[in-house]
Amino acid sequence: MAHAIFFYIFSTIAIISAIMVTVSKNTVHSVFFLILDFISISCLFIMIGAEFLGMIMLIVYVGAVAVLFLFVVMMLNVAQQTNQWFSSAYSSRHIPIGLIISIIIFFELIIVIGGWKYKPDLFNQKDLNFTDTVSNTHSLGQILYTDYIHIFQISGMILLVAMIGAIVLTFRQREGVKKQNYIKQISRERSEGVEVLNVESNKGVKIDD
Amino acid sequence: MEYFSIIFQEVYKILFLLIPVLVSVAMIVWLDRRVWAFVQKRQGPNVVGPFGLLQSLADALKYIFKELIIPASSNKVIFILAPIITMTLALIAWAVIPFSETQVIANINVGILYLFAVSSLGVYGIIMGGWASNSKYPFLGAIRSAAQMVSYEVSIGIIIINVLLCVGSLNLNEIVLAQKNLWFVIPLFPMFVIFFISALAETNRPPFDLPEAEAELVAGYQTEYSGMMYAMFWLGEYANILLMCAMGSILFLGGWLSPIDLFPFNLVPGALWLIFKILFLFILFALVKAIVPRYRYDQLMRLGWKIFLPFSLIWVVLTASYLFYFNLLPVN
Repeated sequence: MAHAIFFYIFSTIAIISAIMVTVSKNTVHSVFFLILDFISISCLFIMIGAEFLGMIMLIVYVGAVAVLFLFVVMMLNVAQQTNQWFSSAYSSRHIPIGLIISIIIFFELIIVIGGWKYKPDLFNQKDLNFTDTVSNTHSLGQILYTDYIHIFQISGMILLVAMIGAIVLTFRQREGVKKQNYIKQISRERSEGVEVLNVESNKGVKIDD
Repeated sequence: MEYFSIIFQEVYKILFLLIPVLVSVAMIVWLDRRVWAFVQKRQGPNVVGPFGLLQSLADALKYIFKELIIPASSNKVIFILAPIITMTLALIAWAVIPFSETQVIANINVGILYLFAVSSLGVYGIIMGGWASNSKYPFLGAIRSAAQMVSYEVSIGIIIINVLLCVGSLNLNEIVLAQKNLWFVIPLFPMFVIFFISALAETNRPPFDLPEAEAELVAGYQTEYSGMMYAMFWLGEYANILLMCAMGSILFLGGWLSPIDLFPFNLVPGALWLIFKILFLFILFALVKAIVPRYRYDQLMRLGWKIFLPFSLIWVVLTASYLFYFNLLPVN
């Protein structure tokens, strides 16, 4: 009973905030609704007993990815921070592309879920150890680091390549930028920096020659 | 009826935890200022009440009676939400902190992940406050803190992995019980130091208080806040500091365990030991504030990404290989 009530509360919040992400005029508001969406989805994960997934969702998506989203969106010009996709002249250009992509994703989802529904042996549940004695995290680890270790490692490598690629694409060495060299700074001796001179009166001394 | 009694019990437990936390936040602000003053050979707040103990109460009263000013061009909903979020997040994390083997509100399986998640959500209060103020200094402060907190979370996460390798569980009580013979601060001492410094950066404490560096940004993301909303930011910040101290004492200093399992020591209740450890870490926090000058922003980023991250990663490899070689891995 209470479980059902909480499920409906969280899923309603998730759906409404997902709609608000696309509808809201202000881009920063969109990101905040996206965060709310992530949080309610992770609550749903926790409700079905996938506590590890729920927490990882919070840490990775809300704690890091959405912060970077916000970071980028906030850097945009404040005056232009309105979402004009649905009202401006460009809307006719964007909407067909969005529609095509969403229809493709929709059919992919139907294929995947329909596969589970009509051919149950596709979804082989016997690998996962769902018992009360083994915690969710342990059972995930037991399957992720044994049967699927290669897929796990490959996905990690793909992420690493993407990360390095992004750095390489945006990194540019600028000329004339002063950089602090810690080793040089620390290893400076007194003899290099200070020199004691005898100054004759009315003659002065010439430095930096 | 059954639901009501459960809800009543839970509310009772929560109030029994939250009110002491809020009171101790007020006391800790006083302690912070006092330690800071003593290091600089000043007296600090010593007028209101005995030893100035009621100073925070007087400050709180002043904040409550001040006018709330909401800037005309601010984004009002988010502007008001920001301090509320900061404070809520700082308080909900206390739900999983174990004060003894049984004295915990929610003894969940993924306790340490929950703590980590909540502390990583803490950045939103600051970003929302800085952006919604619609003013230059708060905005700069918000952007700085976003980058800073995300960077230092990475190294905190890897340090937590180090501890988890030795424990084999994400449950906070089991993390504490795993330290029965040896606190993790001894084998993982470098990780403890890095955790402490990262916690300073994560809570925007000096020397990493660039989001609110008064010499550059007035007061950073808090510039436009006044009255009770400012006080809530303040409370949330100090509750977060206490939380990081609690996290450090659970991960490294053996949580509610007594230092020696001998007669006079194990009579002291576990909650008191945890409070002593939190206070010890907090005094270290306060001393650092008084002693160390503020970092420059590029130095801060360099420290996070180029020193702490590789070093803690190397320690993960070291810990894992040591445990594997000597067959000490906690397998169940």
